[in-house]
Amino acid sequence: MKRTRLFLATMLATTMLAAGSASAKTLIYCSEGSPEGFDPAPYTAGTTFNASSRPLYNRLVEFERGTTNIIPGLAESWEVSDDSLTYTFKLRKGVKFQTTDFFTPTRDFNADDVLFTFERQLKKDHPWNQYTAGIAWEYFDGMDMPALIKSIEKVDDYTVKFNLTRPEAPMIANLAMDFASIMSAEYAAKLEAEGKKEMLNQQPVGTGPFKFVAYQKDAVIRYAAHDGFWNGKQPIDDLVFAITTDASVRQQKLKAGECHVAPYPNPADLADLKADPNLQVLEQEGLNVGYLAYNTTQAPFDNVNVRKALNMAINKQAILDAVFQGSGKIAKNPIPPTMWSYNDDIQDDPYDPEAAKKMLDEAGVKDLKMKIWAMPVQRPYNPNARRMAELIQADFAKVGVEVEIVSYEWGEYLKLSKEKDRDGAVLLGWTGDNGDPDNFLAVLLGCSAVGGSNRAQWCNQEFEDLIQKAKTLPNNDAREPLYRDAQVVFKREAPWATIAHSVVFMPMSKKVTGYKMDPLGSHRFDGVDIAE
Amino acid sequence: MLAFLLRRIGLIIPTFIGVTIAAFAFIRILPGDPVLLMAGERGTSPERHAELMKQFGFDRPLWEQYLDYLFSALQGDLGNSLVTKKPVWDEFFTLFPATMELSFCAIVFAVVLGIPAGIFAAVRRGSWFDQSIMGTALVGYSMPIFWWGLLLIILFSGMLGWTPVSGRISLMYFFQPVTGFMLIDSLLSGQKGAFGSAVAHLILPTIVLGTIPLAVVARQTRSAMLEVLGEDYVRTARAKGLSPSRVIGVHALRNAMIPVITTIGLQVGVLLAGAILTETIFSWPGIGKWMVDSIFRRDYPAVQGGLLMIAAIVMVVNLIVDLLYGLVNPRIRHTR
Repeated sequence: MKRTRLFLATMLATTMLAAGSASAKTLIYCSEGSPEGFDPAPYTAGTTFNASSRPLYNRLVEFERGTTNIIPGLAESWEVSDDSLTYTFKLRKGVKFQTTDFFTPTRDFNADDVLFTFERQLKKDHPWNQYTAGIAWEYFDGMDMPALIKSIEKVDDYTVKFNLTRPEAPMIANLAMDFASIMSAEYAAKLEAEGKKEMLNQQPVGTGPFKFVAYQKDAVIRYAAHDGFWNGKQPIDDLVFAITTDASVRQQKLKAGECHVAPYPNPADLADLKADPNLQVLEQEGLNVGYLAYNTTQAPFDNVNVRKALNMAINKQAILDAVFQGSGKIAKNPIPPTMWSYNDDIQDDPYDPEAAKKMLDEAGVKDLKMKIWAMPVQRPYNPNARRMAELIQADFAKVGVEVEIVSYEWGEYLKLSKEKDRDGAVLLGWTGDNGDPDNFLAVLLGCSAVGGSNRAQWCNQEFEDLIQKAKTLPNNDAREPLYRDAQVVFKREAPWATIAHSVVFMPMSKKVTGYKMDPLGSHRFDGVDIAE
Repeated sequence: MLAFLLRRIGLIIPTFIGVTIAAFAFIRILPGDPVLLMAGERGTSPERHAELMKQFGFDRPLWEQYLDYLFSALQGDLGNSLVTKKPVWDEFFTLFPATMELSFCAIVFAVVLGIPAGIFAAVRRGSWFDQSIMGTALVGYSMPIFWWGLLLIILFSGMLGWTPVSGRISLMYFFQPVTGFMLIDSLLSGQKGAFGSAVAHLILPTIVLGTIPLAVVARQTRSAMLEVLGEDYVRTARAKGLSPSRVIGVHALRNAMIPVITTIGLQVGVLLAGAILTETIFSWPGIGKWMVDSIFRRDYPAVQGGLLMIAAIVMVVNLIVDLLYGLVNPRIRHTR
């Protein structure tokens, strides 16, 4: 009897194993480039985040899939003090770090991991601040966190307090960003003891939905579902990134069934992809804006009527058709329509060359010659800046303004365009980091950004007061009216010609279910399934 | 022969120093710097920019940076990539086998097809065969690699489904690289079908990368053969009553090979340049694509190190070609 039972059990186990391996679900994603590393904090590129922070890690708070809403992550709840200077996080219990070939965790996630994650970026004398040569915490510094965070305290194993130097409403959204991905302090201690600190960036360990299996440089990244994931095991077993840099080749691979999902198609290939009976093409407006920034400190662009007149001379629809080839939407506000507080009541300046000409005459502007800067690179918010500049040049010629198009190498372009006495209007754009309006309005148009990322060199006290006040309010409902008003001021003062928001397309096999386009532009595979 | 060898090796030293200077200067002449490009639209304050440049050691005088680079390179230390933070040496040798495997297959493809085509064209000079071979070679030589690659992918992978689109092996095979050469690793892995998959993935990239060298080798073989076939000793050999295959295969071909070997040697540089495009189209993880990415990011150590390594390889190949001449033609090794 015993023997029969053992035999049956063995048979059953064998069958289950066989069934398990036969039905192992693998999703192949043809990614557009190689990650720079697997520790997201030192980097700023979306390609790196898609391969590191999104599959492998969690943050204290997370962006809800498909939205910019903030939901609890490794923190179950949080409280903000009355003076908005202290944020207290209650941490989730029973969260497992991934067990891999190179690390077996002995404890669950706790406050030490949070402290390690942030202190290594905050404290210059932290043993992990310079764990490999030339490391820089670009995003942490770029979001002004060193000036904002006074200290981080461990209250107990499952409570952490962030003390700030000033009230900052976007703080919570910042903590959902990739640089705030929670690392394992235990794994770091192990690497340090072995003298292999640099491996933190090459063999990652996190709490996220997938665990790292292997990376063959510039070719393949392999992940497996994290069995102990606190939010439940993933529907797919294996996730593979097949690095394919050329868009036409990605399209062919998708059509040949060599991958299931392939981002960033060529606009010209969209019709073909949509016509394929095996494929579906998801689309969403990107969280970005492409603009032409006048230098508002220089005559005649210091005159709002001149700026308005030029805005009215631009035929945006023609730009959309020629440059975006249907993958764009006309922009009337400095923030994209998918962002909360977007003011849809605002009327865009009409395209009216005759009226524009008249306004210029009234402003006493005659035979105006100006420069327009065209970026040398392709960006999501502007696929072809040179072509865009040429179209604007032709539009401006119709109202008697002569345009000279200039361009520089990309690094130089970014540097020179910041200068206060810059000659000419600059084509540029922005992609949102954390879904907070402050991340557009303060970064691109705030007074403190003049001479930096505020390319219009525009400092308007009314606008500034609104965005500064909004920063100090505790919740988004209270902040929203202020941002809506700020957009009214912006439109009235016209420091930019807002041109377009891009539309992002995501072609994939019809077998893929549950994929949600992310307004922040990241590509996430948690919750995604694939039909056999 | 030893003196010849030493003389050739002696020439490498000034070339090596020249290459280090060129590699060092090249990336710094380009406008923009790594910090500006890393920061992107966000930008950095001038203080932060200066701090990072200092951290990377780019604030020091150029001559100091150069000497540091030269002496480190002599000790085999090419520094760390600014982007991945890994040693450039490791990065290079992780990717180099892929490029070498592809280049080797491409050159074999070019030689195996190009030499016989050239010989036949020369022997049947002026025939329709000669004209069609030379016409095709001219087309092949002028073929834009990117376009050619995409065309083959769309035809053979997309429409006919005969070959995989891109990559080095099907993703269903997973093993740790041992040598980095996929043909060898797939055999070592013992996984059924892995080797076949690796071969299938090599076909299109080999054809694309090998097309230009194939055209060059075929044309060069033809013209060298024509020259030799008009020589007195070939006429003598024929007059002696030797079989045509012996006259062409032994007497003519051996003498015609010298310029052909030179051409093949020179194709190594062409292959490495062509590899940049071929690797991009076929998602082939090699050094060509890596170098281009590094240049765009102004990853100074990676570009300096990569250029130096590539130049070293070209120099070694040229040395081998020179030595081969010596073997083929005794007159060369005896000249002073």
